[in-house]
Formats: sequence, structure tokens, C-alpha cells
Amino acid sequence: MTLRRLLTVVVALVLLVYPFVVNSFWLVQIGGRTLGFGTIVLSLVFLTAYTGMLSLAQMTVAGVAGYATAYFTAPTGGVGLELAWPVALILALGLATLAGLLIGLVAVRTRGIYTLMITLAVAMAFYYLTLQNYAVFNGFTGFNNVEPPVIAGLDLGAPLPFYYLSAVLAVLCYAGVRHVVRTPFGLALQGLRDEPQRLQALGYNVPLLRVLAFGLAGFVAGIGGILNLWLNASISPGSVALNPVIDVLMAGVLGGIGHPAGAYVGAFVFTIVDNFAIDFIARERFNTLIGLVFLAIVLFSPDGLTGLVRRAWARWAGTGRRRDDAPDDSTNIGK
Amino acid sequence: MADAAVKQEEALVVEGLTRRFGALVAVDGVSLRVAPGERRAVLGANGAGKTTLFNMIAGDLPPSEGHISLFGRDITRLSPQKRVLEGVRRTYQKSLVFGGLSVRDNLYVAIRGATGPRLAIWRRVETQPDRDGTGPLAERVGLADRLDAPASELSHGEQRQLELGMALAHTPRLLLLDEPAAGLSTRERESLMAMLADLPRDLTLILIEHDLDIALKAVDFVTVMHNGRLLAEGTPDEIAANQDIQDIYMGKHGQ
Repeated sequence: MTLRRLLTVVVALVLLVYPFVVNSFWLVQIGGRTLGFGTIVLSLVFLTAYTGMLSLAQMTVAGVAGYATAYFTAPTGGVGLELAWPVALILALGLATLAGLLIGLVAVRTRGIYTLMITLAVAMAFYYLTLQNYAVFNGFTGFNNVEPPVIAGLDLGAPLPFYYLSAVLAVLCYAGVRHVVRTPFGLALQGLRDEPQRLQALGYNVPLLRVLAFGLAGFVAGIGGILNLWLNASISPGSVALNPVIDVLMAGVLGGIGHPAGAYVGAFVFTIVDNFAIDFIARERFNTLIGLVFLAIVLFSPDGLTGLVRRAWARWAGTGRRRDDAPDDSTNIGK
Repeated sequence: MADAAVKQEEALVVEGLTRRFGALVAVDGVSLRVAPGERRAVLGANGAGKTTLFNMIAGDLPPSEGHISLFGRDITRLSPQKRVLEGVRRTYQKSLVFGGLSVRDNLYVAIRGATGPRLAIWRRVETQPDRDGTGPLAERVGLADRLDAPASELSHGEQRQLELGMALAHTPRLLLLDEPAAGLSTRERESLMAMLADLPRDLTLILIEHDLDIALKAVDFVTVMHNGRLLAEGTPDEIAANQDIQDIYMGKHGQ
């Protein structure tokens, strides 16, 4: 498809050139945050677009990776262990994947709004655990001054290296998701989304597939969680509280929950509103503003900003696709 | 031992199969013997228990009582996945195809399901060695020129063909078709029946059908169910000549 090739080239160029045209605030606070947060959103979009499952626990899984990284690289006040950073990162991603698998195990028999409720319950349980547990999570304070490693003299915490690290990991996660959905495993997941009963009759273990999908989403969210941790240099219960948990879903819907690109588009818009709302509206009115943006998107383009672009393109190219006439079911799009 | 030898001869043996839903007995002590390569129709009015019987044979529902064996092997407690590996395939009353996937991908999911390993994650489907199997499969069900179409864009008739194609992936031994001709036009029915007639003779086929004419034309032997029980068995001619069955069937079903 020409649109896809064109977009790939444009996005690659933008990612490469971006650091040379913006200041360090835009580089890290907008660029870096979009890429790290977007990767967490990507894990949700992967679940929704390709398996038809929703989850409100993706920020929680990201938080597991973040807390684990902090615990193993930046002990605070007697909490934590100092491990070599590759070991710490492997442990963190392993724990995030495990958390994803466990949440999948809990959510596997539920559908739609019930999956949302149960994953929300898991997210809130984890929030209160971090808040009240001092032995592992250091309670209300959490972990501060968590720095990314310095590899061969290259400080990954410096703005430019951190941006490129985020970009490389985001591109890898995005490409990984695009790859997985075209493997036999990915096709089976899409079969699960469309007709789970049929998939079972074809010889697939449907609950196992669901759990594995949550595990894979956990791994992706874990990568985003580590980037998020390094960007903030800290993690505390506030990082996994109700607001950030819901922000992931908001960003996903903003960008378009039917396509993985929507994750980053949504994260970008969300980050922009988050950072600049204060300039023309009071800080405490941020939720009002993002709520209005959210409402507008849901009303005018239920498949988000990427859906808007796709439909505009289809109209412009005159391919006559009847995509916009099709009934919009956010759990059933994603081709 | 002699009994076991007899069972070996049968493709499917169902003994005293019962399924209760609370107080309702959907299937009540049904026993069947189906020979290898036989074409069998299961007839009955709505609510006779035909689909529940299929669900138990395919493993979608555990029976409350009774046994099922396939080519001499007891499969009563096998999961649906294991039954697929044993050669049991089914279609549903309603077309259940993967609308977001192309026809080729639908068929490929079916091939992987019947063979495995199903969860490969490293190589894309385009480079998988068993990907070529989708072409001949599509040809068998008349969808060779629709391979790249999304399944959601197929006509109803084509979706039924696709369902059949998915059920035929990787040499099935027992094919359960639940009203394969439901909602088809007369012409589509004829082409579907021709497709069924072309299936290899060693494949055992059981079909549920509401259209008495079609059912009686396509099969060697007929089982009639009524209120969860076995009402009669016989050749299509015997069933067509049986006035009781005609009354019950047409009386409940006919307009």
C-alpha cells in the first residue's frame, strides 16, 4: 500500500530529525514521553485491536516493570537490591510479563465491560499495595533518583541518547506487534477476536491464547514502563493510581484503538494537552479539557484520529471502500 | 473383546448420550452407530436436540451421561482441541468465519489448528511451509478466486463455503455439518450439495438439515430425533414413506 510506505518514510524521518529542530523540553518531555507512554498504550491497542479484549491494567503492568527496575537499580532507604542493570532489566521485563499473564488468567473468562471491571480492580489493588507496602514498594515515597545506565561512556539519561533509546524501543515494539499479528499466533488471536467458538472448534485452546496475549501485552507495557520510570527518574503509587490507569485508555481511544499507530498518535495528543493545558486553562481543569477532546473524538470519529486519517485517505484516493458506512464496533475493527 | 472388535468397525458410536440443562433434558439417552464413509442425516423439528447432540460429539458441551467413541477410541472426556486432532470437525448453524481475516488466512488458521504447532511466533504466515495448503482447500469449496477477500465481504453463500473449507482442513475423519444449507438460495444449495457429494468417500459425514428433500437426497441413512430422543432410523426411502415422521416433521416445521 502506498499510504503505508509513505507514512513509514515520513515517520522514520521525523523520528530521526526531530531532535535537531526542537529544544530539550520538546525532546524529552514531549518526544520521549510520547514514545514511552505510547508504548504502554500500544500494549492496550494490541489487546483490543487483535484479540478484542480490553484492559485497564496496562499501566499497572508497566508499573510492575518500573518498580522492579527501581528496586533492582536504585535502592532507597534499605529497600531494594543493587543488581547489574542487564539483570535488573531482564527481571523487570520478566515480572511485567508474569504480571500480564496473571492478569490474563484472572480476566480470561470475562468479556467486554466485565474485563474492564476486573482489570480495574486488579489495578486498584496494586495501587493500594504500593501505597501501603514499605518492604518492597517503599510506600508513599516510592523510589527517587532512578537513573538510566551509562553504557560505554554513553549516558542514556542525557536528553539526546534518551530520546533515541525511546525511539528505538518504540519502533521495535511497534514493528514487533506488526510482525506478531502476521504469524500463526497472531492470526489465531484475530480469530479469537472475531469468533472464539469457531477457533475452539478448529482445535485451538482459546483460554490459553487469551492468557498468552495478556502476557505479550505485559512485556510490551513493561518496556514502556521502564522508559516512563527513567523519564520521571522516579516511581511512586501516584504512577499507578486511577488517573494514569485511565489515561492509557483515553490515549488509546484518542488515537484509535483499532490500529497500533493509534497508540502513539493518542499518546502524542494526550501529552500535548497534558503539557499545554496549563497555558490557557487552569491546571485543575486539565481533566475537563481532555474530557472534551475525548468526547469530540468519540462523537466524530469513534475509531480515533488514525481512523479519521484512514477515512480521509480512502475518500481522497477514491478507493470506494465503505469503511465509514460499516457499523463501528471498537472491539471488532483493527484490520 | 468381541464387542471391542465390533466397535472398531464403526466410525462413531454414541451410547446412551444424555444432556440435561436444569430440568430440561435436551438429549435423552441417544445411541447411534455410524459406519466409516457413511453419509448420515439427523432430522428433527426445532428443539429436538440435534445441535446439542453435535455439541457433545464435537466436545463443545460435556454430556451428562453416556459415551462417545471415534474409530474405537473413547473420546467422551477429550477436550475439543484433542478431538480436532482425532479428526472431528464441525460447522455451525450460523456462519462463524473470521470476518477481519482474508479467506486465505481463515483457511490457514484452520490448517494450523488441525496440525500444529499452532502458536508459532517467529515466522510470518507468508513464509510458513504449510501455507500452500490454503490454495487447494479453497479450490475444493469453490473459493479459489476469493482467496484475498476479507471474509466479512463474502456473500452468505460464500461464507458457508468457507466454513466447509475450514472444516475440511487436514484430512478430517468425521465431519459434522449443522444445517450447511441454511439461508442459501436454491442454486447455492445445489452447488453446496454437489460439493458434499464430491467429498472423499472415506470421510464420514453427519449433517443436520431442515430441508427434508435435500437431506433425503444427500445421505445414505437417516436418524430422526424428537424431543431429545431417537424417534426412528432408516434409509431415506423408508423415512420418506413413514407417515408418522412426515406428520411430526412437517407439522412442527412446515408453514
